[in-house]
Amino acid sequence: MKVFNPVRACFVLSLLPVSLLVASPSFAKDTGYLFVSSEKDNNISVLDAKTFEVVKRIGTAARPRHLQFSPDRSKIYAACGDGAAIDVIDVAKLELVDRIAGIEDPELFDISADGKTLYISLEDDGALGILNLDEYFAKRGDKPDLSVAEPAPPGETSEAEDDKADDDAEKDAEKEDAKEDEEKAGEDDDAAAIPGLKTVEVGEEPEGILLSPDGKTAYVTSEVANTVHVVDTASGEMKANIVVGNRPRRFAMTPDQKELWVTNEISGEVTIIDPATNKLTQTIKFQPKGFREEDVTPVGITMSSDGKTVIVGLGGANHIAFVDVASHEIQDYVLVGKRAWNVTFNRDNSLLYVANGLSDDLSVVDVASRKVVKSVPVARVPHTVLIDD
Amino acid sequence: MIRGIFLLIALLLGNAAMATDFTIGYLQLQDDPRYSSKRSFAQYLMQPLGRPYAGAEVALKESKFHGSAVGAEFKLQPVNGKDTAELLAQVDSLGKQGVQFFVVDAPAVTVAELAAATKGKDLLLFNISAREDSLRQAQCQPHLLHIIPNYAMLTDALTQYLKVRKWPEALLLHGTSDEDLQLTAAFERSAKRYGVDITEKRPFELSNDPRHRSQNNVALLTSEADYDVIFVADTHGEFARNVPYQSIRPQLVVGSEGLAPAAWHWAWDRHGAPQLEKRFEKYAGRPMRDVDWAAWLAVKAIAEAVQRSASTDFAKLRDYLLSDAFILDGFKGKRSNFRPWDHQLRQPILLGTHNWVVERLPLDGFLHQTNNLDTLGFDERDSLCKF
Repeated sequence: MKVFNPVRACFVLSLLPVSLLVASPSFAKDTGYLFVSSEKDNNISVLDAKTFEVVKRIGTAARPRHLQFSPDRSKIYAACGDGAAIDVIDVAKLELVDRIAGIEDPELFDISADGKTLYISLEDDGALGILNLDEYFAKRGDKPDLSVAEPAPPGETSEAEDDKADDDAEKDAEKEDAKEDEEKAGEDDDAAAIPGLKTVEVGEEPEGILLSPDGKTAYVTSEVANTVHVVDTASGEMKANIVVGNRPRRFAMTPDQKELWVTNEISGEVTIIDPATNKLTQTIKFQPKGFREEDVTPVGITMSSDGKTVIVGLGGANHIAFVDVASHEIQDYVLVGKRAWNVTFNRDNSLLYVANGLSDDLSVVDVASRKVVKSVPVARVPHTVLIDD
Repeated sequence: MIRGIFLLIALLLGNAAMATDFTIGYLQLQDDPRYSSKRSFAQYLMQPLGRPYAGAEVALKESKFHGSAVGAEFKLQPVNGKDTAELLAQVDSLGKQGVQFFVVDAPAVTVAELAAATKGKDLLLFNISAREDSLRQAQCQPHLLHIIPNYAMLTDALTQYLKVRKWPEALLLHGTSDEDLQLTAAFERSAKRYGVDITEKRPFELSNDPRHRSQNNVALLTSEADYDVIFVADTHGEFARNVPYQSIRPQLVVGSEGLAPAAWHWAWDRHGAPQLEKRFEKYAGRPMRDVDWAAWLAVKAIAEAVQRSASTDFAKLRDYLLSDAFILDGFKGKRSNFRPWDHQLRQPILLGTHNWVVERLPLDGFLHQTNNLDTLGFDERDSLCKF
C-alpha cells in the first residue's frame, strides 16, 4: 500500500546528495561474501561485499531468519521458522548441505564455543531448545529431505510455496508421530523425537538467546513475559527471571561480561543487566530527530569487537544508534532504511550492515564517518546479515 | 529434556505453594444476542465469532511469570448474569472475596448500568465489547476502562484512509437501531474531522416488502447520487453483507462490510500478531476477533500492572494502570495506554477485508501534538467526559 508521506519523501531527497557525494570506500578487507537471509523469499542471498553483486541465492526451508557461523566459519546455520528446520550451509561450496528437521518454529539461536551445542528459541513451544549436535547427527537415522521452499517470482507472493512447506512440515510431523507411536517413546513431548534435544520451558514467545562465553548460562528473552530468563545450561534450571522492558528482543554482552544489554521493542529502550547480580543497572532511551518515543522500536543490537560501542537498530524509527559503552551515552543516530533491525559489523569494524525489513534492502554504514555509503536491494524482508571477511 | 521438565515442574510447584491467587472477575451477560449462533455462523465482518472468554484464558497462560515477584498467581472467575441486577450481585459477592478487577463482556446498556451502580467503589471494570461512543462521553466513569476501541476511533481510522486514497465522497447507508445510529453519528463526525463529504444519507431497511423497495433494494438505495464509496452503518451486518456487488455503480463498500475498521484481524502479519493468532486459534479453534483480543488484553493489562508495580495493592495498581508510565503491548506495534480524559485505550486500528489487512492506522502524516494515536477517536478537547 503506497501512501503519500511527505516526511519520508523529504528524507529520501535529503539522503540523495549524501550517497552521491561520498567517495566510495573499500567495502571489505578481504575478498568475502555477505550472506543475507530473506524471510519471504526463502533463501539466503550471497553478495560480493565489494561490488554488492548477487553471487548466488541459496534456497532454504521456509522463512529463514537468524544466521550464525559455526566457530570455524566453515558452516552457516540458518533458523527456518516456517520450514521447521535449521538448515546447514557449506560456506566454501555455497550450498545447502544438511538439515536439522522437525524443530518447530525456531527463531534465534546461539552456538557453544566448541560448536557442538545449539541453544534455540522455540517460538511456538515457549521453550529453550538445547540441541547436542553430535548426538543428533549420530542418532537421527537418514538425512532429511533437503528440498527448499521456492522463492516467489518477482511481484508475486510465495504463499503457495509457504503452504507447500507447511504441508511438508506437517507430513514430517505426522511421520515423526507415527514413529513415536511405534517406539512408544517420548511420552512427554513431540520434541523428544529429535535426538539430542532437550527443552526448558520459558515464557511465551522466546526470542533472543545469548550463551555466556563459558557456556554455563543461557540468557533468553520472552517477548510476552517482559522477562529475561537466566538458565543453567547443565541442569536446565531457571536461575533467575529478570523483569526488563516491554517485548524484550535481543542481547549483546560486553567482552568483560560485566554488562548484558537487552533491546525492548515496545517500551523503546535498552536495559542493561549486571550478570553478577542479575539485576537491572540502567535503562537507555532513544530520541532520533523527527521521531517520537513511541516510534522507537529497538530490536537488533551488536557490540563492537573492542567492547567500546554498541549499535542498536531502532526499527520503526528507521535509524541505528551508536552508544558509548563506558558512559552509556548515545553518540550518534544514523538514518537507514525502513524497520532497521539487525546490524552486523565487518571483521575490522569499519563497516556496518543493517537489514531493513520493510524496504527490502541493506544499508552499509561507514563507521568512521557514521554515514550511509551504500544502500543495497537484497530480497524480501531481509533478516540477518553475515560477512565472511 | 525430561529432567528439565521435572525441574521446571518442581519449580512451578515450589512457587505455587507460596503463591496466593490473584483473581480476576469475568462478567458476562447471559443470552447476549451478539453471540447468537446464527450471527457467529454468518461471520459478519464487525461481529464476534463466539464468546471472547478464550481470549482471557490465553492471556492467563501468557502471564505465568508476571506475578512471580510478588508471589501472585492469576486466576479467572467467570460469572454469568441474566441482567444488570444479577451481575451486580456477583460483583458484590466476588468483592467480598477480595476481587477488585473485572473484565466485562456485556452490551453498552448493561455496561453503563454496572458502571453507574459501582461508582466510588474500589474496583475497576474493563469493557471489552461495547463500542458505543456514549460510554466514553456522557456515561463515562473513572473506574470504567475501555479496551475495545469505540466507534469514533474506528470511523476516524477509515476516514483517514479515504482521505489519503482521495476517495472523499461517501454515500451513507444506515440502519435505524440505536447502535446503528451511534455508528452513523461517529462516521458523520469523522467525515467532518478529516474532510470526507457525505453526499447522501439514506436509511436502509432489512425487508423484502416491495412497497419499501427504495429502502431495501440496494440498487435503488445507491442510485441517483454521486460518491466514491458506500459507507454502510450496520452494526449487526445482515444488511451490509448484501451491499457489495449489488450497487448501481461499481463503487467500493466500506464500514460494516467490504473494508472494515477493527481492533484485531487474524491476517495481520506484523508485530508478533501471527504468534498470538496461532496461540488463540490453537486454544479456541477459530480465528481471533476484536472482542477476543480485548478480553486477552484486559487480562494482560492487569498482569502488566502487577509485574511493573511489583504489588497487589489495589490503589497502586489502579494508579499505575492509569499513569503515563503504563505501557501495554497489543501486538499492533505501538505502545498502548489509557487516555486520562476518558480511560479509553489508545491503539492502532486495522483496516481489513475478509482475508487481509489493507492498512494500519493512523497513517504517516496524520500528526498530533502529543501522541499520533490520538488522531483516532476523542481527543482531550472533544471529550465530554467529566470524572
